[in-house]
Amino acid sequence: MADLTCQEFVELVTDYLEGALDEDTVRRFEEHMDLCQGCETYLSQMKETASRLGEIPVESLSPETQATLLAAFRDFRR
Amino acid sequence: MVTSSTDDAIVAGVRSGDEAVFAQLLDDWSRSMLLLARTFVSTEASAEEVVQDTWLAVIRGIAQFEGRSSLRTWVYRILVNTAKKRGVRESRTVPWSSLADDDHGPTVDPALFRGADDQYPGGWRTFPLAWPSSEGTVLAGEVRAQVRAAIDALPDRQRLVITLRDVLGHTSGEVCEMLEISGPNQRVLLHRARAAVRTQLAPYLEQDPATGRVS
Repeated sequence: MADLTCQEFVELVTDYLEGALDEDTVRRFEEHMDLCQGCETYLSQMKETASRLGEIPVESLSPETQATLLAAFRDFRR
Repeated sequence: MVTSSTDDAIVAGVRSGDEAVFAQLLDDWSRSMLLLARTFVSTEASAEEVVQDTWLAVIRGIAQFEGRSSLRTWVYRILVNTAKKRGVRESRTVPWSSLADDDHGPTVDPALFRGADDQYPGGWRTFPLAWPSSEGTVLAGEVRAQVRAAIDALPDRQRLVITLRDVLGHTSGEVCEMLEISGPNQRVLLHRARAAVRTQLAPYLEQDPATGRVS
């Protein structure tokens, strides 16, 4: 099997992080990473991007809707 | 695994009228449900109504829930059916089963790599610049706004997957279950979305090699 190019490496990053690569591809991926600072940087930035996204707040239901649903839940039980 | 012991406890709690259990469920699941609903209907207000109608159906139907699927699958199926009915009225439909045109092709600009006639074809022309100062800090408001804009600009399904996975912290199994997509398709969507957001984020976190300063 030929060595990975950087351009191939960047497309495998998520499969690697998700544990979805076969053993042989994992080995080639890690060998490439050990030798290539650019790809090591790319991988760490993809990881950081994923973890940074956890800082973004996401809207939930409005307080009115939540109150409506809790009231509906109480009423249904009666 | 179809139902888990947590599922059983939640279902029992909701059936017996335990308001704390229901309130917790509402709090835990409604964000993801709103995001999913929003891909079927055209406004935030419609999405909120879809989620409200879904919860009302859950309250009425929980007694009939037989545990043949997980609770989450059952609730999300109600959500998708409710949203689709509305989405048809608002003539907005998202094809979910297969990947779309914008889910193919390179995720990193090919111009950043050496050409076929180079000594090292497919190698970086210049390495990506490091993000030195970002560790352990909280993103500045401006950077956070950029990240939001980058997510909003993604195609529907990529936006949904990255939001469920990375913003809300669901596992890949949960996301596949909610969206009824395969593991490989989920990874393609996640990969494209992360690569796009990374590209958008890079200029704000890079260190200028000449000055050593973060731009």
